[in-house]
Amino acid sequence: MIIEHPLLGPRDMAEFVYLGDAALINRPDWQDPDAANKYYEYQYLRDNPAGLHRELWYHEQGDRSWLVVTRDTLTHEITNVELARDVAVEEGRSR
Amino acid sequence: MTQYNRIDGGLIDRSRVLNFSFNGKQMQAHPGDTLASALLANGQKLVGRSFKYHRPRGIFSAGSEEPNAMVQLRSGAYLEPNTKATVVELFEGLSATSQNHRGSLEFDLMAVNDFLAPFLSTGFYYKTFMWPKKFWEKLYEPIIRTSAGLGKLSLQEDPDCYDKGFLHCDLLVIGGGPAGISAALSAGRSGAQVILADEDFIIGGRLNSEVYEIDQMAGSDWVLTAKAELETMDNVRILARTTIYGAYDHGIFGALERCNDHLASTNNKPRQILWRIYSKRSILTAGSTERSIAFGNNDRPGVMLAGSVRTYVNRFGVAPGKQVAIFTNNDDGWRTATDMAAKGVSISAVIDSREIDPRAKISGAGLFLGASVVDTTGRKGIKSITLSNGQTIECDCLAVSGGWNPNVHLSGHQRGRPEWREDIATFVPGKQLPVGMACAGAANGNLTLNSALHDGYDIAGRQMHDLGFEVAKPLTVDAEDESCEITPFWHVKESRKRAWLDLQNDVTVKDIKQSNLEGFRSVEHLKRYTTLGMATDQGKTANILALAIMAECTGKTIPQTGTTIYRPPYTPVPMGAMAGRSRGKDFRPFRLTPSHQWAEQHGAVFVETGNWLRAQWYPRRGETTWRQSVDREVEQTRKSVGICDVTTLGKIDIQGRDAAEFLNKVYVNGFAKLAVGKTRYGLMLREDGIAYDDGTTARLGEHHFVMTTTTANAVLVFRRLEFARQCLWPDLDVHLISITDGWAQYAVAGPNSRGLIRKIADKEYDLSNEAFPFMACKEISICGGTLARLFRISFSGELAYEIAVPTRFGGSLMEILMEAGKEFDVVAYGTEALGVMRIEKGHAAGNELIGQTTALNLGLDRMVSSKKDCIGKVLSQRDALNEEDANRLVGFRPVDRSHQLVAGAHFISKGNQPVMLNDEGWMTSVCFSPTLGHSIGLGFIKRGDQRKGEIVRAVNPIQNSEIEVEIVSPHFVDPEGERLRV
Amino acid sequence: MRYSAFKVFLQGLTGNKGWQPMWREPEPKAEYDVVIIGGGGHGLATAYYLAKEFGISNIAVVEKGWIGSGNVGRNTTIIRSNYMLPGNEPFYELSLRLWEGLEQEFNYNAMISQRSILNIYHSDAQRDQFVRRANAMLLAGADAEMADADQLRKELPFLDFDNSRFPIKGGMFQRRGGTVRHDAVAWGYARGADSHGVDIIQNCEVTGINIENGTCQGVQTSRGIIKAKKVAVCVAGLSGRVMSYAGMRLPIESHVLQAFVTEGLKPVIPGVITFGAGHFYVSQSDKGGLVFGGDIDGYNTYAQRGNLPVVEDVAESGMAIMPMIGRARLLRSWGGVMDMSMDGSPFIDKTHIDGLYFNGGWCYGGFKATPASGYCYAHLLAKDVPHSTATEFRLDRFRRGHLIDEKGQGAQPNLH
Repeated sequence: MIIEHPLLGPRDMAEFVYLGDAALINRPDWQDPDAANKYYEYQYLRDNPAGLHRELWYHEQGDRSWLVVTRDTLTHEITNVELARDVAVEEGRSR
Repeated sequence: MTQYNRIDGGLIDRSRVLNFSFNGKQMQAHPGDTLASALLANGQKLVGRSFKYHRPRGIFSAGSEEPNAMVQLRSGAYLEPNTKATVVELFEGLSATSQNHRGSLEFDLMAVNDFLAPFLSTGFYYKTFMWPKKFWEKLYEPIIRTSAGLGKLSLQEDPDCYDKGFLHCDLLVIGGGPAGISAALSAGRSGAQVILADEDFIIGGRLNSEVYEIDQMAGSDWVLTAKAELETMDNVRILARTTIYGAYDHGIFGALERCNDHLASTNNKPRQILWRIYSKRSILTAGSTERSIAFGNNDRPGVMLAGSVRTYVNRFGVAPGKQVAIFTNNDDGWRTATDMAAKGVSISAVIDSREIDPRAKISGAGLFLGASVVDTTGRKGIKSITLSNGQTIECDCLAVSGGWNPNVHLSGHQRGRPEWREDIATFVPGKQLPVGMACAGAANGNLTLNSALHDGYDIAGRQMHDLGFEVAKPLTVDAEDESCEITPFWHVKESRKRAWLDLQNDVTVKDIKQSNLEGFRSVEHLKRYTTLGMATDQGKTANILALAIMAECTGKTIPQTGTTIYRPPYTPVPMGAMAGRSRGKDFRPFRLTPSHQWAEQHGAVFVETGNWLRAQWYPRRGETTWRQSVDREVEQTRKSVGICDVTTLGKIDIQGRDAAEFLNKVYVNGFAKLAVGKTRYGLMLREDGIAYDDGTTARLGEHHFVMTTTTANAVLVFRRLEFARQCLWPDLDVHLISITDGWAQYAVAGPNSRGLIRKIADKEYDLSNEAFPFMACKEISICGGTLARLFRISFSGELAYEIAVPTRFGGSLMEILMEAGKEFDVVAYGTEALGVMRIEKGHAAGNELIGQTTALNLGLDRMVSSKKDCIGKVLSQRDALNEEDANRLVGFRPVDRSHQLVAGAHFISKGNQPVMLNDEGWMTSVCFSPTLGHSIGLGFIKRGDQRKGEIVRAVNPIQNSEIEVEIVSPHFVDPEGERLRV
Repeated sequence: MRYSAFKVFLQGLTGNKGWQPMWREPEPKAEYDVVIIGGGGHGLATAYYLAKEFGISNIAVVEKGWIGSGNVGRNTTIIRSNYMLPGNEPFYELSLRLWEGLEQEFNYNAMISQRSILNIYHSDAQRDQFVRRANAMLLAGADAEMADADQLRKELPFLDFDNSRFPIKGGMFQRRGGTVRHDAVAWGYARGADSHGVDIIQNCEVTGINIENGTCQGVQTSRGIIKAKKVAVCVAGLSGRVMSYAGMRLPIESHVLQAFVTEGLKPVIPGVITFGAGHFYVSQSDKGGLVFGGDIDGYNTYAQRGNLPVVEDVAESGMAIMPMIGRARLLRSWGGVMDMSMDGSPFIDKTHIDGLYFNGGWCYGGFKATPASGYCYAHLLAKDVPHSTATEFRLDRFRRGHLIDEKGQGAQPNLH
């Protein structure tokens, strides 16, 4: 597979390390009254879709960016690649 | 009988003679021959034996689809089993032997299977060999195993080397026949980067096998002209002898170039190169493969594919027989007759299953229309055929054409399914193709020459347009569209004898019928039950035929019956090529520590730690066991001072206004209040609450920290920190960089360590206990101005330091420390002594941090701050991880001090049976403690923290041993930590 | 039809024309006591044991394609019980014991061949872990043996003892481990289940699960609605998709595992060999091909095909321990979709929906588990309590923190 890195252009998948569903960005608040349940769902449950999947790849043999890649799990077609940090900021992850 | 079947013409170099041998028999042929054409030229009909019935087999085809003619090529460590004679380019001195027979090729004792065939029906082995139960592994299976298999491995290391490479192109042309060449011309003229790959050693495909003319020249000459034009283009690369074996995601293809297989010796150059080709577009112009017709005894040596017979006649100047019969269901088969007749080969009959007008007049040949071949004779070479009208005709070669199947394989590597085309009675590539791929020519069902030429050119032109290139001027060639009319005819129903489909695996029409009878009707069941198409040719000549017969049995159409899945590789790829240079010592790179050279000079024994090589111990003269060396290293360190290279620990430089806050989030314990100039031990959890890694982090400045990780987790921790930084807390002002390779680091441990450090540190630094106490850190200079970082931390439990310098000074620092330390009788110690001292101190390490243990298990639960969040905090609080009887890390010593502890022994309470139900934990790390004079260990045991003093059984049934051990504190030496602080 | 050498002989005399279908091809009935979704090894084994051991025979196994088309038809055929953790080891040992008597029990030769499995170790720390594991196996009643490098050199002289990057220091054998003719397992169970009256319905895709008031009523299929008192999902690889019909999210990701076979060769490798410094395991089939595999590709996929980096990595590891295979040719590769769970261990459990049961999460260990998985799932379906060896395979274990993580990799499926 080839991932179109937003900063570095097309790069072979072998340069990357895969983590999983991009929902792993949404780490729950530890002081939430329902934290135990939220953390369980966050850490363990997956949508695991057959189709478009937003997922985290790390450019370990490159610039060390974490990327959010939108990829079809049936065809492996990649339709979007974003810097995970941008996604995280957009999703309101801040102190 | 030299080259008894050689005739005029062909693309061979008759000016030179090549000597080769088959089964020890010396023969001659010419450059340009394949082993198969050379064997045929020399009249060698019998070449191999089939897999199951050991039937005599000859050469069936002229290409990589060959099911029969497999040989063992070369000898000794170069022995190459299962090599298709049809793709071996002949070289001087080539030696080949036949395979898979007991006794000689001519008199194979295993041929008895053929007579037992009725009892070896499809799947017979699933129905018997069940009793007596013990006989399977002892008798039945060994017999089956030795009977099965094809060629032999040499059992020696492959002496050849292989390379890997990467290529990039705009258009990859897969197959260099007429469609492929014209596609390459089209794209090449557009100025695109083109790779044209063909598995043959000359490009041209069928043009080299046929007598077609293009622009009034012989097809093979047109190929040379086109090739010459392509070779003038810098943007075109022709890869002959190169098979595109797999189509992977996003336009990536695997390719195998056999660069030196055609030479007697590779002369230490790579035998083959495995290319990974990155293409923007690809065009599948892989041509088509002829299929056979099933009739009685259609597997005899001399029964060949008609198109392949033409290849031997036209390209190699070899007539596979002196008297040839042709059996066809299509017009193409007739060309074999006309081509051979033109070369003066005697044609005894043309049999066409269609009731048609004769397609040609062949002098001397009987024409049988609407007829078929029912049976053949001739065990080691065909002698005659019997027709459906009962007539017998003599022949020594039968050329069979059942029609042509487009080579759709690569179009289906991403699970696209081919589509049936009724007009040409075959499957063509479906609509769901690999990204960027188009198909053209025969591979796309355009089986005639003129259409293939234009198809390739035009489709490549469209791809060029897509890529933004200027489309080349239209192709102007003059070639014919020969007739390829066909009426499907799959098998001769009148045949009473076995009729073969899969020649190599001996699957016959009867087997398909039986498979249907027993309910194995899906194509995948059919394949798996009968082994159809599972041989080394993957059923290239057999599968469609078998599908058609299954369709007939079930009353379905062929497209309803469907095909099995096409999967890489297209043709088999050697494991050596797949591995390339990554083998032997080069399997993975070595990482060497800065003191490696010094250690080598001082006789160190090294140990692999991940990719690192670390000094394990330093034997001295007179020491005969590793224990003597290790004990000495420990004793000398604890008595005076020792040096250990700890560069392999992960080192991460962390800077930014929020660096302290960041550390607070990744460690369970607090770092925000750590004073500048201080170091702290930290524990990291995974988000699931399990202990992950530990190490020390030093605060060199308000916004500057240096973290160390374990050697094993250096890369992984860094990755996780980046995840935390970029994805979880993107607003924090913090930056990370790995400095593992940038800084050399040594532990200097022992009561005299301060004395030693003082000798090399520049004089302005006060290193007294008051000025530089335990856990202090500081950037200093040593040896007159060289930058260094000094940490007063200790893994050994002694007064100790770790000192880091830029890596380029690491080698020198080791020498300087050892030189300066002479007055203290300094010792270099390796990883074993390091391990002994850490067990004596009760520190957890790799054997305890196994990804299954919690802070509680490790006895570090009090470190987890309740006041702040950290990775893993919430999930570490789950009930099952905090049970009353959770495992605790404690120390163990043998009740009888002379006993040795064993890592991996399990703990069972006294009086309990040694069974899993009573298992209470296990010993993780053991060593002989030279300090205490007996064996000690660390381990996890339920409620261990409350059981100090209890005696339990350490059972080790795998080594038939069991001893009693006492649960003790894990801190065996200096439990109060006084030595650290002096 | 009972199979025997005599039957093969008789049929041979009469042209092999008297064989009968191994299973019927029935039309689905309107209602069953149990509908098992998935005609793979586990589903068919479940049906077989339910009918044979637990007296429930009004069962349908519904399969979207052909039976055995999932991972039972696409694996490296290895059986073993060399696990370490109490939640796993007794279960896999039960499985191995069931394998040992299987062929005689269902009168079908699946070529269960206990030619041993060897795990090679390359460091002292690895050895310590294998000693721990071997002892756990012995404490659970399984078999294990430790061998040092000298012993291995005698037994497997073709391994690279002298030039390998990571020296071979020894290994752990389980002599009762080995291989099985994988397709035959599906066929044998299908034939056995069929003979006990189970309806095996191929080409019948489940498109929905009917749930009313928290109770499962049956399934919707491409061949109509089938009612059932109990619905047993058994579709590892596609668990996420099927359970989404019941609105459930699972602690599972779908990943592809590639496997490979070489051209047929005369016997060289006696048992199963597993490399300890890279991802590679290999055995030689009775037909002669070297069957081998390595790591999963590592990204979520349902595509049943993989990519080159893993192919090359596996070949490199193979050459690293046995450089004699350089001139053997890789013949075919394939890819199967795995249910990769969050701790590497499976699930056999009831769901929160009455009458809906779940079996999945087998990672790439499902094949060896086939008999025990079927047996334990049948036990659960019949008695509504887990079998004693499968008490830990619960869906709620992550909520409780009761992890069964043999590799210690944590909640990251692609590392298991």
